[in-house]
Amino acid sequence: MREINEKSLSIVKEKALIMRREVIKMLGEAGSGHTGGSLSPADIVSCLYFWEMNIDAERPDWENRDRFVLSKGHAAPLLYAALAEKGFFPREWLSTLRKIGSPLQGHPDMRKLPGVEASTGSLGQGISWAVGMALAGKIDKRDYRVYVLLGDGEIQEGMVWEAVMAAAHYKLDNLMAFVDYNGLQIDGKIKEVMSPEPIADKFRAFGWEVLQIDGHDYQQIIASLNIGREVKGRPTVAVARTVKGKGCSFIENQVDWHGRAPNKEEVEKALAELQAEQDAAEIKR
Amino acid sequence: METQATRDAYGKALVELGRLHEDIVVLDADLSKSTKTAEFARAFPERFFNAGIAEQNMMGMAAGLAAAGKKVFASSFAVFATGRAFEQVRNSIAYGNLNVKICATHSGITVGEDGGSHQSVEDIALMRSIPNMCVVVPADGPSVRKALFSLYAREGPAYLRLGRPSVPVIYGEDSDFEVGKGIELKNGRDASLIACGIMVNEALRAAEVLAAEGIDVSVIDMHTIKPIDKGLIVKKARETGAILCLEEHTVLGGLGSAVCEVVCEYCPVPVRRIGLNDVFGQSGSPDELLQHYGLTVDHIVQNIRSLVKNR
Ligand SMILES: Cc1ncc(C[n+]2csc(CCOP(=O)(O)OP(=O)(O)O)c2C)c(N)n1
Ligand SMILES: [Mg+2]
Repeated sequence: MREINEKSLSIVKEKALIMRREVIKMLGEAGSGHTGGSLSPADIVSCLYFWEMNIDAERPDWENRDRFVLSKGHAAPLLYAALAEKGFFPREWLSTLRKIGSPLQGHPDMRKLPGVEASTGSLGQGISWAVGMALAGKIDKRDYRVYVLLGDGEIQEGMVWEAVMAAAHYKLDNLMAFVDYNGLQIDGKIKEVMSPEPIADKFRAFGWEVLQIDGHDYQQIIASLNIGREVKGRPTVAVARTVKGKGCSFIENQVDWHGRAPNKEEVEKALAELQAEQDAAEIKR
Repeated sequence: METQATRDAYGKALVELGRLHEDIVVLDADLSKSTKTAEFARAFPERFFNAGIAEQNMMGMAAGLAAAGKKVFASSFAVFATGRAFEQVRNSIAYGNLNVKICATHSGITVGEDGGSHQSVEDIALMRSIPNMCVVVPADGPSVRKALFSLYAREGPAYLRLGRPSVPVIYGEDSDFEVGKGIELKNGRDASLIACGIMVNEALRAAEVLAAEGIDVSVIDMHTIKPIDKGLIVKKARETGAILCLEEHTVLGGLGSAVCEVVCEYCPVPVRRIGLNDVFGQSGSPDELLQHYGLTVDHIVQNIRSLVKNR
């Protein structure tokens, strides 16, 4: 069990803020893209990239690396921010998001950008991919772990449950999923559009180890990662309660902010709010 | 020039049609704001069903509704409607010749910044290959309205290919749009441009440039890819002796292929195809992408020049 110390915790927090700022800047510059869903899982992704995962930007193809699959591929800006911050490519590339010729495609392209493990964007497919990667780890007797991030609307796709069944069937304890449980999809609240509830019970019935956490509480995220490592013989999922658009008050919980980018004014406003949060955190320290 | 996105025309026409016919049911898969079925949902909430992010189930439900007597219009982005749910479309919908009209938006590369994963460049080929399926690719808003009304009245499954961006309006209210009949927009004798969707307007613009050079081309809006208008293709092949096909789609299996099949069999003449050359799309603005992949007036003009010269 790896306990997180104060220093590591503050790094994870700081990186999450940096990534949220980059997400806002990138989307502002691109003029289109998915803001709400790129912000909600920033704390989870920060814990993965800046605490949990065993990866090396110098060797993106290293065979024993842990792998992260962004099944909800529309949150690409967040993934790109994490990879840039990790040093997989120069930070300047971030401003080319969604532009012609850029390695930073609207949805992640594994053949264009180092560090991208899977080409995603068509919802539902990333988790099957992650199951395949975890299975390969078992075949080769490697001890890498595979992490996958799903949207709570995304799990309406039937293939997600086919993958969930397969992961349990093959006892993939090297696989851990996070559900970004922000309650919203494009056409409204998930409960009103097409309820996938009860989510935790469904995973449990399929044979997974199920954790229900606050996806913005670093201690809870880290604890779930620790449990995921310990559990043997079955995969683990953390159903993580989040706020879509987390960190920018006017974006939070607004269904219309799913697929729109901030304009100049909104970028300023969002960055100011994130800066204030950072300042407050520093004062506390 | 007046412009309108074909998906906007679809949203409006669907409400109009819904008012006339009580047997219409509309389905969507969490994209109703983008596909514009949200307008129908607002007008007739009791006849609209959101399948959530579950395109395969949506197509299966559409088949069941149709088998129980409903006329179903099912929408999503083209890549998901025809790709993700292909086999449900084939076996549940088309095999039984059911009344499901698949009206997919965000087709082709003009989806733009979302990138290659979201740009369907093979949907015409996929849908055209299924028995019983009718395939219509309208060039503008007024055509969409007419296509929708015709498809409602036509027995069996259909695929209506719609786009994301605003495009020029080519036709007035009184155009004679008939499913299965190509429209001769310009009659010239040196070569024929046969186009569908957004490429029809590019063909018209290219024809003007060519006319200034003394090259007189025909322009055909081949909005129905299946059943294709064999008679018109053979007539144009005979009259002009050279054909250039234009589509926002891979050159493998789409309009160009359909025209070649007819020309080879009934009246062989040189045919060239402009479209995507067996590649995926990528992120970029729609205009940049059209340039990048050669779906431009310049490229059309160059091709016609060399076609005419080499004859
Ligand atoms: C197969 C598929 N269908 C539809 C879409 C279009 N789409 C993109 S994001 C989205 C909503 C996703 O909702 P959710 O999974 O809850 O994501 P989040 O709220 O985390 O952004 C939809 C329908 C898609 N990308 N893939
Ligand atoms: Mg959600």
